[in-house]
Amino acid sequence: MMQFVADGIVSAALIALGAIGISMTYNILRFANFAQGEILTIGAYFTLLLVSLIGAGIGTLGPVAFGWPLLVSIVFAMAATSVVVLVVDWLLFRPLRNRKAARITLIMAAFGLSLMGRNLVTLIAGGEPQYYAFFIPKAIEILPGVRLVPDDFAIIGIAIIAFAALFLFMNRTSMGRQMRAVSENPTLARINGIDVRAVIRWTWIIGASLATVAGALLAHNTQLRPEMGFDMLLPMFAALILGGASNLYGTILGALVIGLTEAIAVSLGLAGYRAAITFMVMLIVLLFRPQGLLGEKE
Amino acid sequence: MVEPMLAVRDVEAGYNPSLPILHGISLDVFEGEIVTVLGPNGAGKSTLIKAIAGLLSISRGSVTIGGRDITGVETHQLIRERVAYVPQTENVFAKLSVEENLALGALHNPDQFAEQRRRVLDLFPDLERLGHLAAGKLSGGQRQMVAVGRALMADPTLLMLDEPSAGLSPKLAQVVFSQLIRVKQVGVTILMVEQNARAALKISDRGYVLAEGQEKVQGDARSLLDNPEVGELYLGANSRLARS
Ligand SMILES: Nc1ncnc2c1ncn2[C@@H]1O[C@H](COP(=O)(O)OP(=O)(O)OP(=O)(O)O)[C@@H](O)[C@H]1O
Ligand SMILES: [Mg+2]
Repeated sequence: MMQFVADGIVSAALIALGAIGISMTYNILRFANFAQGEILTIGAYFTLLLVSLIGAGIGTLGPVAFGWPLLVSIVFAMAATSVVVLVVDWLLFRPLRNRKAARITLIMAAFGLSLMGRNLVTLIAGGEPQYYAFFIPKAIEILPGVRLVPDDFAIIGIAIIAFAALFLFMNRTSMGRQMRAVSENPTLARINGIDVRAVIRWTWIIGASLATVAGALLAHNTQLRPEMGFDMLLPMFAALILGGASNLYGTILGALVIGLTEAIAVSLGLAGYRAAITFMVMLIVLLFRPQGLLGEKE
Repeated sequence: MVEPMLAVRDVEAGYNPSLPILHGISLDVFEGEIVTVLGPNGAGKSTLIKAIAGLLSISRGSVTIGGRDITGVETHQLIRERVAYVPQTENVFAKLSVEENLALGALHNPDQFAEQRRRVLDLFPDLERLGHLAAGKLSGGQRQMVAVGRALMADPTLLMLDEPSAGLSPKLAQVVFSQLIRVKQVGVTILMVEQNARAALKISDRGYVLAEGQEKVQGDARSLLDNPEVGELYLGANSRLARS
């Protein structure tokens, strides 16, 4: 019982970490980034590269089966992934923006990138599953009869720290305010002296950094595969729409609903149907709240 | 001869390069003035301000501020030229609090934030108690104060206002106009577009009447108020009403 709640929250944390980037590109660059899954994947593989460069395994932290070597690798991978994403924006999305390309053009470009990204990862890293380290998850008994995996708590903790940092950034810093201003009214933002190009750069950096954390933790919990991020795309979009696309915190709430629904489906022995069940829940919620859980009516 | 603070020379601009809306407009604003641009709906008043602000591309002519050429300036650089602009609609960040709107106004002069905030709150004392509210939750008059307050936070030398009294009751419009006099008194030059011709000219030094993308009449505010041609061009069928 407790374990399925923990599983649900862990997958919610990973979905939310990945989906925040989609939410931010959607609200600031105004298109649905279907290449977000590959950003997770690239983040996870960069982490693998750094883990092997450091060459000290992934360490441990008390009962948790990963430690500083993995965390340090993730931080460097965040930077590397951000650079890749910024270069792609500069080469592809920036010229499209400057030519005032239609939204559907941006979306199709993202689709193309998604395919390319997956192929490129397969080409460079190979298609077979890989691991940061071999370990056997050891559940510990926290209450009589209730056994939980410490790594799950570490992952949830990291996600909470990331969300708190994001919240502080958006509400307490000048750049966070500028991002909210551009997402609401880009023209007034420019009139107000906001350099939208700088805001766009930060949008990519934050989205890619959180996606890297999601990808690396997902890979730690499961395995690295070139399709790992793509497989997260549907739950991430479901979380975004369910939570209300215009609201960053709605995305986190949406992810929680999606993650728990998936976990319930699995615990009922319906693992094979979990995508269908998740979408049914999403559709039912949208029937009653078309703007999403925390979205505003237009 | 005094140099104008803002000089618009023979500007042609529009939303589509093949279809100019402004057909060679010229206009001057001198330091310390309030200048009002009048004209019927669709005359190109908002288009003129957007062109000055770099939101539209200018296909001919020039815009200078304090002698510096700012034709086709990138809009976000305008504030560095110390020109602030309050658009006709959607002129506050509705989801952000009043305080956040003001803070964004001082984006490029954060070290002056406390001082400018004091100055704005002296002008609009109501904003103090509304500070934590989302700007979108405010009434039309309060919102207009936030919009003007946000623009003043940048410590501009020139403030451009597009219909500051639009959508307000006549009484509130009067409040806004008397606040603009105080803005002028603290040393800010004002260029505004107004439909409320009579009330606007009363607080103005000079005015221009635009029609079909060209300036048709200009002069000091008093002479425009008494000018029958202005009534015909601008006030049209409503001339008697507006003059009463
Ligand atoms: N975004 C736009 N795209 C294309 N044409 C536009 C746009 N906005 C305005 N126009 C056209 O430009 C002309 C001038 O419009 P503008 O908004 O400058 O008028 P205005 O004098 O400000 O009128 P109002 O008093 O109604 O605000 C009009 O013919 C209008 O249809
Ligand atoms: Mg107008």
